[in-house]
Amino acid sequence: MEKRELTCIGCPMGCQITVTLDGGAVKSVEGNTCMKGDQYARAEVTRPVRTVTSSVPVTGGTIGQVSVKTAGEIPKDKIFDVMDALRTVRAEAPVSIGSVIAADICGTGVDIVATKNVERKAQ
Amino acid sequence: MNTVKIAIIGGGPAGLAAAIGAREAGEDSILVLERDRLSGGILNQCIHNGFGLHTFKEELTGPEYAQRFIDRAEELKIPCRLNTMVMDISAAGDGSSDKIVTYLNREEGLVQLRAEAVVLAMGCRERPRGALNIPGFRPAGIYTAGTAQRLVNIEGFMPGKRVVILGSGDIGLIMARRMTLEGAKVLAVAELMPYSGGLKRNIVQCLDDFGIPLKLSHTVVDIEGKERVQAVTIAQVDEHSTPIPGTEERYECDTLLLSCGLLPENELTSALGADISPVTRGPEVNESLETSVPGVFACGNVLHVHDLVDFVSQEAELAGRNAARFVRGEIPKTEIPDIRVTAENGVRYTVPEIINTDRLEDTLTLRFRVGAVYKDIYESVYLNDRRILHKKKKIFSPGEMETIVLKKSAILEVPDLKTITVKLEEE
Ligand SMILES: Cc1cc2nc3c(=O)[nH]c(=O)nc-3n(C[C@H](O)[C@H](O)[C@H](O)COP(=O)(O)OP(=O)(O)OC[C@H]3O[C@@H](n4cnc5c(N)ncnc54)[C@H](O)[C@@H]3O)c2cc1C
Ligand code: SF4
Repeated sequence: MEKRELTCIGCPMGCQITVTLDGGAVKSVEGNTCMKGDQYARAEVTRPVRTVTSSVPVTGGTIGQVSVKTAGEIPKDKIFDVMDALRTVRAEAPVSIGSVIAADICGTGVDIVATKNVERKAQ
Repeated sequence: MNTVKIAIIGGGPAGLAAAIGAREAGEDSILVLERDRLSGGILNQCIHNGFGLHTFKEELTGPEYAQRFIDRAEELKIPCRLNTMVMDISAAGDGSSDKIVTYLNREEGLVQLRAEAVVLAMGCRERPRGALNIPGFRPAGIYTAGTAQRLVNIEGFMPGKRVVILGSGDIGLIMARRMTLEGAKVLAVAELMPYSGGLKRNIVQCLDDFGIPLKLSHTVVDIEGKERVQAVTIAQVDEHSTPIPGTEERYECDTLLLSCGLLPENELTSALGADISPVTRGPEVNESLETSVPGVFACGNVLHVHDLVDFVSQEAELAGRNAARFVRGEIPKTEIPDIRVTAENGVRYTVPEIINTDRLEDTLTLRFRVGAVYKDIYESVYLNDRRILHKKKKIFSPGEMETIVLKKSAILEVPDLKTITVKLEEE
């Protein structure tokens, strides 16, 4: 039996939740005040995911950096792989919100997209 | 002299939403003045997600949220002067309620603009480190969290490699994660209070996810290094915020980030002579979000510090709409006296703080903050001594702004209204 301690992020209560796992299967969820916490805890112990945001250099634009995000959530344990991959990524202006800056990042099936419009600098 | 009906000072989310609100209320003559090269305000550097859940039912990043409002303002053909710094706002002094807005930019130089109404939307700034009273030298490597955020996200420059953060406000938490992702080692976040003012979600996703310790009831007692920070010592504090000897922990690091709260940016407002609330540090406003200077409205972080931009947008739209009503002479004159809202029992302040039922639209929105963490307690509103709202909540925390909406019809039912009180009650 494995026990995992989590803080629920569903509301400011921040209930401390204990999940008991047996070979990867959730046996019990305790400490949550409402069902939202139960759902959160189950998802968090079985398949935790996060959105990653960062910014990458952009060439030929009116500004030097463009902010980006993963278009969807990625497995939490891939966060640093994605960040490493982003270190060599460059965008070229013009860029608009939603443009794909890097496709299928680290084999997650999720694209890196721009979250800001960057116009091309007039010559 | 150039003239405009409504001048809006600041083109962040508040200024943009105020301009949109005024335009949608039918006002043609609006000008937004923004000192930065882009509109969108602080959101341009807030590249993390979590914005707009209330307004758009999806999680946007700061720049994406801002762009929705920039696009809407463009659609409505609202002019916005960028790279334009407002230097002064004063009364026209000719018996009218008009204002003279003095601004500076490269194309036009120093310009005086006559406006019938002004909406203040200058946002806030971080508490500077001088106010923090940390002993020791002042070496390089000490930044406010917001400055670090701008450096990393806008300039693409990492201010350091080993970091200690003082203050667990949301910006500090967000920067703990951001610097970690960029390869820095964040050693600890020290928080003077026994609780964090930051959102739970940020504590989990910015600290817990990366194993960064949050040291509650701790403060910085020493900073070493002459040219550049070399080490920071933190210690636990007692209930009077005094460091407890023997609890010191020393961290070798090259950077100290300060995230110790935000202050509304009100130099222009004070110079104009508007009454400033000692609690919010923003101007006192009435139900129309009008300051004590007639025709001058305020919204967003210049009025009181917000944690959710959705509420900034809502509030600002109301301020813009009321500015439009003001220039059209639609805000009714009234014979009845204004009522001051009293904040009691754990409620630190309310915005607005002054109400006149004659000027009220269909509803009254009161926003407030509490002074400490309270669990299983009621929020109550009294009109005179009649309690018209009594609602139990699992938790109130100083980091979260609360909202109460009252119907005008319910307020008018109370005869001879003299006092409005918002307080927390055990039962
Ligand atoms: C670092 C940080 C992180 C945040 N994270 C979140 C989050 O995750 N989710 C969320 O919902 N909310 C978040 N918020 C809150 C929200 O983004 C802010 O409350 C909101 O941006 C405030 O809008 P504003 O228009 O009042 O101020 P600002 O965005 O600060 O805009 C004010 C504008 O006025 C301009 N200005 C000031 N003085 C002058 C002058 N004299 N002349 C001309 N222009 C002037 C400034 O340049 C600026 O553009 C965060 C806030 C900060 C500071
Ligand atoms: S379990 Fe429910 S009450 Fe507790 S923090 Fe999560 S959402 Fe809030």
